[in-house]
Amino acid sequence: MSLGHALWATLVRELRLAARAPGEVAQPLVFYTLVAAIFPLGVTANEPSLALYAPAIVWVAALLANLMTLERVFRSDFDDGSLEQLALANAPLSLIVAIKLLAHWLISGLPLALLAWPLGLGLGLNAEAAKVLGLGLLLGTPTLVLLGGFAAALTVGLPRAGVLLPILVLPMLAPVLIFGAGAVRAAAEGLDPAGPLYFLAALLALSVTLVPFAAAAALRNALEA
Amino acid sequence: MSWTWFHRLGSPPSFFRFAERWAPWLMALALLLIVGGCGAGLFYAPKDYQQGDAFRIIYVHVPAAAISLSIYVLMAVAGAVALIWRMKLAEAAVVSAAPIGASFTVVALLTGMLWGKPMWGAYWVWDARLTSELVLLFLYLGVIALNSAFVDARAAARACAWLALVGVVNVPIVKFSVDWWNSLHQTSTIMKLGKPTISGDMLWPLLMSLAGFYLLFGAALLRRMQNQLLWRERNTRWLQDWLKGAA
Repeated sequence: MSLGHALWATLVRELRLAARAPGEVAQPLVFYTLVAAIFPLGVTANEPSLALYAPAIVWVAALLANLMTLERVFRSDFDDGSLEQLALANAPLSLIVAIKLLAHWLISGLPLALLAWPLGLGLGLNAEAAKVLGLGLLLGTPTLVLLGGFAAALTVGLPRAGVLLPILVLPMLAPVLIFGAGAVRAAAEGLDPAGPLYFLAALLALSVTLVPFAAAAALRNALEA
Repeated sequence: MSWTWFHRLGSPPSFFRFAERWAPWLMALALLLIVGGCGAGLFYAPKDYQQGDAFRIIYVHVPAAAISLSIYVLMAVAGAVALIWRMKLAEAAVVSAAPIGASFTVVALLTGMLWGKPMWGAYWVWDARLTSELVLLFLYLGVIALNSAFVDARAAARACAWLALVGVVNVPIVKFSVDWWNSLHQTSTIMKLGKPTISGDMLWPLLMSLAGFYLLFGAALLRRMQNQLLWRERNTRWLQDWLKGAA
């Protein structure tokens, strides 16, 4: 089997597994919407200042929803032994990891970005700012998935991984949050949001090129332990 | 000059004896420099024309803040060595450096807060340097938490090494992003190109204190690595022999 076939097969397998468990895919999205929807309940009804906090609310909700899904990226494959088979396969583990993370982004990252636009409008952002919010999440969520996937790979064999993951991931994701929310603030004030969006794209380029290797090495370490 | 002493340090027994011999000296010299530097800073250095006596906390704050960053870099370098050459001592260095780094970060944050109250009127402001130092603390706590989650010491150290390597790429990005986000902190006064903007009478106690803090870190690292070796090598002959000799 050629490399392309192997990677394609990995992608199809991941998507098929997700399709067989639609509840598991939908729950983080419900959680995401719920977090964003429950914030307005804490302030006065139809408070205009809510729009000021909308970028932070949506971005933090996205970070948390992403965290919820991270543990299952490698966990079930580790438990049933298929991760060891993937590590023994002819295809480089770093590429397989990259494909698995791509599948994970399609399943749980992309919907977050698509939902951000209506959520932003609901929280009182103007049309332009809501668009920038969605665009920012489109550029930022792959970075969340990649760095989160690295942390999930580090902790895959550990019993308390669920508590450990946020401690490892959230500090590393501070720049994504800063640029993502910064772009929306710029757009809401009528400034050009291109600068922070370019930074988000740069972070994505950096993590796409470096993180799969680190994640693959972390997985091998977990398999050895 | 023969370099064999350097290679010998790579083996746990020689390193253990080396640390046993040098840690007390480093510690003594560190205390001397810190007491001297802080003492001169408190009693000899002139008052700052704007900040009065309040600036004197600089003799603890700046060394702690500088070293908190250096330790992260050292941890990443030790991590790279541990991953590439699978050196046990480098692994011990990674996991030993993290708690020391976290402590210095806490010292830098606390002294910064005490300094901030009279200068800015608040213990905490969401300023760029404060925020990135806080993120640095969480990065250290992540390494410590990850290390304690593993049962096998070697797998734990290698996982920490990977985390430190990814972290060290991330630290400048965090720093940059937080700078972009906002800044209120006074700019650096020693590391400027050309003439430093700090008076000489204020500077030399600071440099003395800085050197003292680095030596203190060296002593603490040697002792912590010895503790690591005591646990990791607990079943080896040389350690049993040494313990009998020491008892």
